[in-house]
Amino acid sequence: MSARQPVKPSDTKGGIQKQIQLPFKKAWQISLQGIRIRWMRSLITASGIFLGIAFFSFVRTAGLFPVDMSDKEAVAAANRQSWLAIMALLVCFVGIMNAMLMSVTERFKEIGTMKCLGALDNFVVKLFFIEAGLMGTLASLFGWVLGWLIMVLLHLATKGIEGMATSFWAGSLRELVLSVAIGVVITLLAAVPPARRAAKMPPVAALRSEI
Amino acid sequence: MSAHEYVVRTKGLVKIYTMGDEVLRALNGVDLDIRRGEYISIMGPSGSGKSTLFNAIGGMDRPDEGSVFINDVDMAQLDARELAYLRCHTIGYIFQTFNLIPVMTALENVTLPTVFAGISTDEGIERGMDHHRPSQLSGGQQQRVAIARALANNPSIILADEPTGNLDLKTGEEIIELLRQLNRDHGVTVISATHDYKMVNVSDRVVWIRDGVIAKIEERANIDLQIGQMHGGDF
Ligand SMILES: Nc1ncnc2c1ncn2[C@@H]1O[C@H](COP(=O)(O)OP(=O)(O)OP(=O)(O)O)[C@@H](O)[C@H]1O
Ligand SMILES: [Mg+2]
Repeated sequence: MSARQPVKPSDTKGGIQKQIQLPFKKAWQISLQGIRIRWMRSLITASGIFLGIAFFSFVRTAGLFPVDMSDKEAVAAANRQSWLAIMALLVCFVGIMNAMLMSVTERFKEIGTMKCLGALDNFVVKLFFIEAGLMGTLASLFGWVLGWLIMVLLHLATKGIEGMATSFWAGSLRELVLSVAIGVVITLLAAVPPARRAAKMPPVAALRSEI
Repeated sequence: MSAHEYVVRTKGLVKIYTMGDEVLRALNGVDLDIRRGEYISIMGPSGSGKSTLFNAIGGMDRPDEGSVFINDVDMAQLDARELAYLRCHTIGYIFQTFNLIPVMTALENVTLPTVFAGISTDEGIERGMDHHRPSQLSGGQQQRVAIARALANNPSIILADEPTGNLDLKTGEEIIELLRQLNRDHGVTVISATHDYKMVNVSDRVVWIRDGVIAKIEERANIDLQIGQMHGGDF
């Protein structure tokens, strides 16, 4: 017997349509709630980017103070620190990616269940990118403030108010924007593999019982 | 008219799992027709392929051979978005482990399918009284929430994989009773994989699976007789 019917393109396959794409706002609400309730895990994930950007900001703020170009030692040290800051960012990229991959593994059942309830792959992708974007922004912001504060306090303690002219404040603002941008970009890039893994999670993951 | 008579039919379903050199035919040619409004229990020993069949029917996993028709639509012909629509609107899933979304309240869990369907109203959530998170609920309460969630978009099929597996005897009975009511009063087709013999009492048909094939299908009329035997049996 042939239950297979001829496919009519205009036919909606027995009433089955294409699942709608959810508005960004919905994904935003659900992400926000996830971060809020899982704040401990969010904190751990965000701490990587927080510390990386704090160190980066510390080094860059040092660069805002005039360096005595004749002091070869000081110039070399400043260069070395810049490289260290970049290395720190690389390490924090790997760290945050790991933390997010772990959180995908922890949430396999939840993601599978959402798919059973009708979530599309790209909705899951959105969830992870929104989470990453939010954590990246906040962690970089606070991280920058921490690094900047420590450097400024150190400077005040050793050299006093010297070198903190208008150009220093303008430079600080520029560095703030740069650091947050770098932090967010790093976090979003690090979120690509976890988001893909989450999106590929089959609905049947909802039934898996092992961790 | 067959188009209305059967909600689910499977034709020659085969599912193969390979682990190293070992090839396991978890389903080995399953033909099953399920009528609209039926209450079906799928029973069989552990590892017989109940969950595998359940996953194929629910569009959670693609079979290696054969087809699944839901309302006479071949599932293999649906693309990802159509499958998501099917899962969202036509099928309601109930799990042994309840699977409520832990970061959402009970009420948000219940309305989540309507969110995915794009028909939710935020005010429903605002006005909702139940702000308990799943972890604050007992197993029975969680399963009730899960059943409400499965029904949110008015599905024609409820798929339940061992819905009473993690519940105590009494709570399990209450859940079975609830499923039976939904089946009787709302005409929703219930397909349940189970080890629970209390489920047999309420089923229209019991499908026995062994080693990936249907060993026998019993009609309700024949089942009552055997309950007595089973109590003394080794099940
Ligand atoms: N993802 C998988 N990979 C490999 N083998 C699997 C997988 N899922 C199931 N199997 C195997 O397929 C067979 C059928 O499994 P299934 O889960 O369908 O059994 P079941 O009847 O639901 O058992 P239970 O009553 O214990 O839930 C088992 O032998 C199982 O080990
Ligand atoms: Mg099973």
